[in-house]
Order: sequence, then structure tokens, then C-alpha cells
Amino acid sequence: MDILRVVLLASLIICAVSVSLSRNLLTSVVIYMAFSLTMTSIWLLLKSPDLAITEAAVGADVTSILFFVTLKKIHSIQTEEKEEDDEQAESKL
Amino acid sequence: MSKPNPNYKGSTWDKVTRWVKGTYDPADGRLESTPPKNRLSPGERAERMLREYDQSRFEEGVAKQIGAFQVVSRIFFVLMALFMVIVLLYTVSFLPAFGDPASPVNNEVSQRYIEQGLEETGAVNIVAGMILDYRAFDTFGESCVLFVALCCVTILLRADRKDEIRLRNREDHEDQYYEPEEDNILQQAAKLLVPLIIIFGVYVVLNGHISPGGGFSGGAIIGTGLILHLTAFGVQRTRRFMNERVIKTLTVCALTFYCFAKSYSFYTGANGLESIITTGTPGAILSAGLIVYLNICVGIVVACTMYSFYILFRKGAI
Amino acid sequence: MGNLLTNYEDVAAVILFVIGMGNLLLQSNLVKKIIGLDIMGSAVYLFLASKGYIEGGASPIYVDGITDASYYINPIPAGLVLTGIVVSVSVSALMMALTICLYRQYHTLNLDEIMLKLGKEEM
Repeated sequence: MDILRVVLLASLIICAVSVSLSRNLLTSVVIYMAFSLTMTSIWLLLKSPDLAITEAAVGADVTSILFFVTLKKIHSIQTEEKEEDDEQAESKL
Repeated sequence: MSKPNPNYKGSTWDKVTRWVKGTYDPADGRLESTPPKNRLSPGERAERMLREYDQSRFEEGVAKQIGAFQVVSRIFFVLMALFMVIVLLYTVSFLPAFGDPASPVNNEVSQRYIEQGLEETGAVNIVAGMILDYRAFDTFGESCVLFVALCCVTILLRADRKDEIRLRNREDHEDQYYEPEEDNILQQAAKLLVPLIIIFGVYVVLNGHISPGGGFSGGAIIGTGLILHLTAFGVQRTRRFMNERVIKTLTVCALTFYCFAKSYSFYTGANGLESIITTGTPGAILSAGLIVYLNICVGIVVACTMYSFYILFRKGAI
Repeated sequence: MGNLLTNYEDVAAVILFVIGMGNLLLQSNLVKKIIGLDIMGSAVYLFLASKGYIEGGASPIYVDGITDASYYINPIPAGLVLTGIVVSVSVSALMMALTICLYRQYHTLNLDEIMLKLGKEEM
């Protein structure tokens, strides 16, 4: 029980640090999703199922969807085709 | 009889009447309601001309300034973070131990909620009984916060006629008016999943007083189902049942019902009057007095808000 | 040292709070600032909810009609955090809408570049 607590809290901190260190915005949003899911398990350990279901529905779900739409609007999601184009351009060089 | 005041002009009441009529503005001259006038001294003007003449040099200077500022702010942040961590950890070391039943947090308030809650509210879920009965106006304010946030996002992101003509850029335009090509896999999966998700959301809302869940989580789940429907089948088919008018009506009706129902319950409770609301048998679906209906109201508000956030971000119109 | 070494939740909440504040103050990207603010919020919720936990207590849902206060955990922090989580999502949605507006105006997310362009406009 204690080990599980420590592992979950440590993964929370690791997620928070890697959000700030990651270069790509999409990566940091996905890591933030993982942060919210870890938070869900912690709420279950703290015996608050209400919080767990709300965090899973609101924090991990709706917030991430809104972040993804924002990233699409600000053109920071690179599609595969574009990446391939970039790679082709690089190989030509 | 009231005597005519000789000093009427310029008195507070006169200002208030004129302010109501719109001919007087108390902030006039005090706030910067007009753009500042061009009051440049000759030296500044020369400097400005020099800057315009050498734009790149200015940018270099600003970039250098920003770089210096970043270095300084980083050093200060590290110092402040160390200070905060030390102070907060020092405070934490004085807090009661984790899981201590004798800690001052577990005082008579929570004891009363737990011991009398089943009898007074009829809700099996203590948290639902607390936030929708004892602290119902708190939750009402929170639903209003959601509604206000929805209004603000609508103001910020709404694509009105002027913007349509200007056309911010091509991709934005395409995203707003054309759907992606029909994706068969997504549509087949959505056909199966959307009803399941929405039914699960309704279940969570309706069982909010018996099991974990309630209006907030259930509403978010329903909103997610609607978002999936929108993504799979396009905006035209979703607008048939979720358009602006439906969302407006549902949200306003839910908030109004919440306000009046809870006001009635508080009024009768505070004055010791006979109330038509009964708690029923705990554990049944139609028990716990108003909590079921309030949960439904909160669920409607949350579902509409989440769905509208998505479609506003995506299309710029509900 | 008191309870510093056994209150893991509190220590983690303090560290998360400072990490989130670092994100908020030092990152120049607006989206990362928003994530930093969300992390700060989560840290506060974690701290609050950990205060309400009682060792060996059950979840705050009546079982077999037991109405003994010592059998369940404290429901008050759970109720407060529940409201907080839902408000925080609407706050982040509002901030994201503002970010999109800024991007449309300045075509960048970097706060320093936005300030530079703002300075040029004023000149």
C-alpha cells in the first residue's frame, strides 16, 4: 500500500517535470493526460471514488480534447504527410 | 413635501441620474478611456525615427534585453522556489500525520454530516448529500461559473460575418465549413459507442445519490459522447438535435429550476414550514428529495457546456 | 522533523506546486503556461483530499445503514475538490480560447515574440 502510494506520487512528479522539459507541445499534452490518469488512481487510494470518476471524465477526457483542438487551431500538430515531406526535403539536401 | 435642493446640479443623485441616462461617465478623465495623445518630446521623436531607421538593431537590442531578463528571472525563480519549498515543507512537518483520525480536520461538521446525513437528506452517497443539499448554493454558483465561462468563450471565439469575410486563413476556413471525408471505421465504431457512452452518462447522473458519480461526472461523460457523435457524423447531423437554441433553452431552464427548487427547500426548511419534499427510502432511485432533480440539472448544464466548448473551439459557432 | 517523512502526499503536493509555478513563470509558451496552472491546481486538490483521509476509513457511501462518523473518511474535502476540478476545466477552456485569439492576431505562441510585436505596434 505504502509502496503503491510512493510510486504513484513519484510518477506524478515525473510527469510534471517531463511536461515542462518536453520540446513538442503534443507530447506535453499527452503527458498531462497521463498525469490526470495517475491522479485518478490516487483519488481511489484516498477512498474518494466521486473524485476519481470526475477526474477521469473531466481532467483526462474533456481537458485533453480541448487541448488537442487548441493545438490543431494553432497548427502545432504535424501530420505524417508533412513530416514525410520534410524528410524527403532533407534527404534531397 | 420635498424642497427643491438649490445644490441639485452636481450632487450625487444628479450624477447618478445622468449616469443612468448615459450623459455622464464617472470614470471620464480618470481612466484612460481615450487613446493617449501623441505627446513625444523632440528627443523621443528623434529616437523613434532612429529606431524606425534601424529596425533590426532595435530588435537585436530587445532580444538582448529579453535574454538578460530571462537570466535574471530564472535566478530569482530558483531562489524563490527554494524559499517556498523550505517554508512549505517546514509547515508540512507540523501538520497532523496522514490518516490520523484525531486531526483537527475531522471536526464536528463532518461528524454531523455523516451521522445525520442519511436521515436528513436521504442520500446514500454522503458527498452528493453534502454538495447538493447542505451546500447546494455552492454548487449552484459553480453551475453559473460554467455558464459564464461558456458565454466568455462564445464571445472570444464566435466567427461572425466580419470574420467570415476576412477569412483568417485557409485551413481555419476549411476546418469551419467542410467536414473531413467520411471515415467508415470511425462511423461504425461511433454507431456502437455513442449510445453506450450516453447511456452510461445518464446512469451516472441518475445514480448520483446512490453510488459515486453525480451531475458533474455524468454530464462530462454525456458531453464526451456528443463530441464523438460530432466528430464521426459531422456538424450537420449533430445540429439536428443539439443546436444553439436547444443548448440555450436547456441550460437556462436547468439553472432556473435549480434556483427555484433549492430556494423553496431552504425557505421551508428555515421557517419550519411543511414541505412537499420527502426523503423517501434511502437506496431507491426516486429518493433523497431534490437531489436527483438537482443532479439532472447540473448534468444538463455540464454536458451542454462541454459540448459547446468543443464545437466553439472547432467551428466558431454552436 | 515531525511528520515530514510520513506525509508523502503533502510533500508531493508541495513539489508539484513549485513545478507548476515554474512552468507558469519560466515557460514562454502559452500552452505550457496553461498546463502549469493546471498542475498547480492539482497539487492543491491533492493536498486538500489527503487531509480528509482517515486510516482504515471507508469511502463516504453508507454501507448497511452504519451512521458512525468514525467508520467513514471525511467527506468535506472531497466535496470541495469536486467543485474545484470542474471549475478548473472551465478556467483552462477560457484560457485556451484567449490563446487562440492571441495566435490569430500575432501568429505565434511565444510570449516574448508577442511582446516584441506589441512593442513594434506601439512604436
